[in-house]
Amino acid sequence: MQKLSVCANKKNRKAILELLQSMGCMQITTEGIDDPDLKKMDTQAQRSRFEKSAQMFDQALELLDQYAPEKSGMSLFSGKEEVSREKLNEIQKHQQKYIAKVNRILSAQKDITEHKGTILKDENQIAYLQPWMNLDVSMNAKGTKHTQVLIGTLPGTWTDEQLYAAVSKDLGEAAAVDARVVSTQNDVTCAAVICLKKDAENVENALRSEGFAKPSQVVRGTPAQAVSKLQEDIELQKKEIEALEKQIASESGSREDFKIAADYYRTRAEKYRLLGTIPQSGNAFFLEGWVPKKDAPDIEKILTEQFGAAVSVEEPAEGEEQPTLLHNNKFSESVEGVLESYGLPKKGHVDPTFIMSFFYVIFFGMMFADGGYGLVMVIACGIVLLKFKDIEAGLRKMVKLFFWCGISTAVWGFLYGGFFGDLIDTVARTFFDYSGSEPVLKALWFEPLGNPMRLLIYCMLFGLIHLYFGLGIKGWEYLKDGDVVGFVSDILSWYLFLTGLVLILLPTELFGSIAGDSFDFSPVAKLGTLAKAITIIGLLLILVMQERQTKNWVLRILLGAYDIYGVTGWLSDILSYSRLLALGLASGVIANVVNMMASMFGKSVIGAILFIVIFLVGHTLNFAINILGAYVHTNRLQFVEFFGKFYEGGGEPFAPFKTENKYIHIKEEKAV
Amino acid sequence: MSFSMGFVMALLGAALSTILAGMGSAWGVGLAGQAAAGVVSEDPNQFAKVLILQLLPGTQGIYGLLVTFITLSKIGLLGGAAATDMSLATGLTIFAACLPIAIVGLVSAYHQGRTSVASIGIVAKKPDQFGKAMLFPAMVETYAILALLISILAVSNITL
Repeated sequence: MQKLSVCANKKNRKAILELLQSMGCMQITTEGIDDPDLKKMDTQAQRSRFEKSAQMFDQALELLDQYAPEKSGMSLFSGKEEVSREKLNEIQKHQQKYIAKVNRILSAQKDITEHKGTILKDENQIAYLQPWMNLDVSMNAKGTKHTQVLIGTLPGTWTDEQLYAAVSKDLGEAAAVDARVVSTQNDVTCAAVICLKKDAENVENALRSEGFAKPSQVVRGTPAQAVSKLQEDIELQKKEIEALEKQIASESGSREDFKIAADYYRTRAEKYRLLGTIPQSGNAFFLEGWVPKKDAPDIEKILTEQFGAAVSVEEPAEGEEQPTLLHNNKFSESVEGVLESYGLPKKGHVDPTFIMSFFYVIFFGMMFADGGYGLVMVIACGIVLLKFKDIEAGLRKMVKLFFWCGISTAVWGFLYGGFFGDLIDTVARTFFDYSGSEPVLKALWFEPLGNPMRLLIYCMLFGLIHLYFGLGIKGWEYLKDGDVVGFVSDILSWYLFLTGLVLILLPTELFGSIAGDSFDFSPVAKLGTLAKAITIIGLLLILVMQERQTKNWVLRILLGAYDIYGVTGWLSDILSYSRLLALGLASGVIANVVNMMASMFGKSVIGAILFIVIFLVGHTLNFAINILGAYVHTNRLQFVEFFGKFYEGGGEPFAPFKTENKYIHIKEEKAV
Repeated sequence: MSFSMGFVMALLGAALSTILAGMGSAWGVGLAGQAAAGVVSEDPNQFAKVLILQLLPGTQGIYGLLVTFITLSKIGLLGGAAATDMSLATGLTIFAACLPIAIVGLVSAYHQGRTSVASIGIVAKKPDQFGKAMLFPAMVETYAILALLISILAVSNITL
């Protein structure tokens, strides 16, 4: 990273910003320039106008996707479309036309929402009228010249007789009253009562005392008529909605143009955001920012030659915070995503991507360890890499990582003798009457299930190497800073102490019984004295030097003794690598179980068909769960055990000022 | 065919490792699944991430199955001659060898499920912190792996 400072003529500022934006390799900061004479421009209004336009186009695109879905297969891997600069200018020139189109779409959508609201209202009305469907007069019928109609609801469940008894109890015998229950539902009774006008008050009082209430909404005509009218209305609204949806869908031809326009507005909004932060005087403006070292000369040249700007490039000052941009070879860059998910290295610290990439791929392979699964990964990732060239950079790195992990998985699979578990042997025994005692597919190294202890020792050895590398990186950082005392007392001491301990422990009874016949540690025993010597040197170094900043000698030794206790941390870290064995066994044995289940139907045509079906389902499942396990635990070994020895994240990612494109990628005709 | 008590105990151990570890995984995956469904209802784009987090407590069930399988093939139940006349002491030894993954599988899967729920919360609020969120449930799983390792080593080193 280098720091670039620019001072240029104000009239060029938009052109310069546009250029920097399209190059996308400068992180602009303006906090450093604070001169009271310099003013900042208020661009909030323009910026929000552009943001709103971009949003409108986004909305329109969403609607198009909803009403006229785009046919696309592997959308996950389809990258941004490539658009030429001319096309962008063309759209820019006719932007009013596109805005009009978008407005039409959005207003059509607004109408659709309104129509949907009307439908909802109608439906509620219909639901409300349902209990009244048997009423064959209008709900607000008043009656005739001599009679009065009372229509309403009563709480509780009533029958015709109960209702009649209730209304006629004050009218004496042979009352001229007709009481009918229209419907009862949910403990509410809809009732209609006809009586003579002179009795009306009496009847109404009788009803009221039972909790009678007139309907809250009244419709014109009989309820049945009203409902059919409402249903007609719903049909009508639906037709309207359909027409509007068609109208929106008919704009789908402009989808590509909309995408370009949306990104155009987004880019401009970003430009105006930055413009608002730039300090400027009457005729000049100032910029400051971080530029990757390799791009700095280019930018400097363009700015000075094309715009006559004054540019100065300087190295960052000691201890100055600066953004981090990872830079690795083609193989190692594939694990950058994993590193980023933990946190980028701070400036001045080592980027562990290179070393991590090898261990990552090896450990992943050990945990997944199957020739067949590995080949599936290699083929799948290979196809994606070849076919979808323009996928987003981060995703591409991820796919590449799995490609390499696939190769490693296949290699470890063949070392362990696993190809879809014991597929080859199962098929040979089930369908080809193979009955030899030797497996058909022999392990190139050895079968882990046959001798798990041997592999466990190897796993711990790999773990120790991994951790030593971690400690080594920390040591390298000490040496880079010229801190030799720190290197000897914090790093070398542990190397000596741990290596000595391992050499002392290996020939003991304990390890001998763990290793069984697979290892002969007796040669190590000859190193006995040497081992003891380096252990003691390491121990003393830790005891005396680890807490060297403490002035009080008693405290210093006591704290040093406590640091020696840290050896338990090393023990648990190394034991943690036993997951390499456990997960490797898990994927292999479950694959064997699948094969065994598949072969249960014997040697016949149906048996073969069932074999294929069970094989496909079972191995897909095992593949999915174990690739997840391998991924998660490889990350864990890196993040917890490896990074725990030296790494601290917290670096700021490099965030250059660039085009904020969501849909498109602009193809530049000439290299800038 | 008659079975010795030892054979029954060995089979019981084999069964328990699938039963208990499977129960734990079902519990953990279930807990995490409820949280994951809640996140997806708000933000369907997080589906892949929360699905991975939901699956993490599922491995204990697999480990249980693994030990069961190794035990069953040890006592010859999967082809070959079943050791139906096994002594009670041998049977109990195999039973004991199955216990680590059975019990630790149950408990760790449940707690891993709860940790997954919390991690799904991280993804819901900060989807870009997925790498860190994944680490917390993976920490719990360590103990299931250690138990698995001991069960495998014990079962495969017992001589009938």
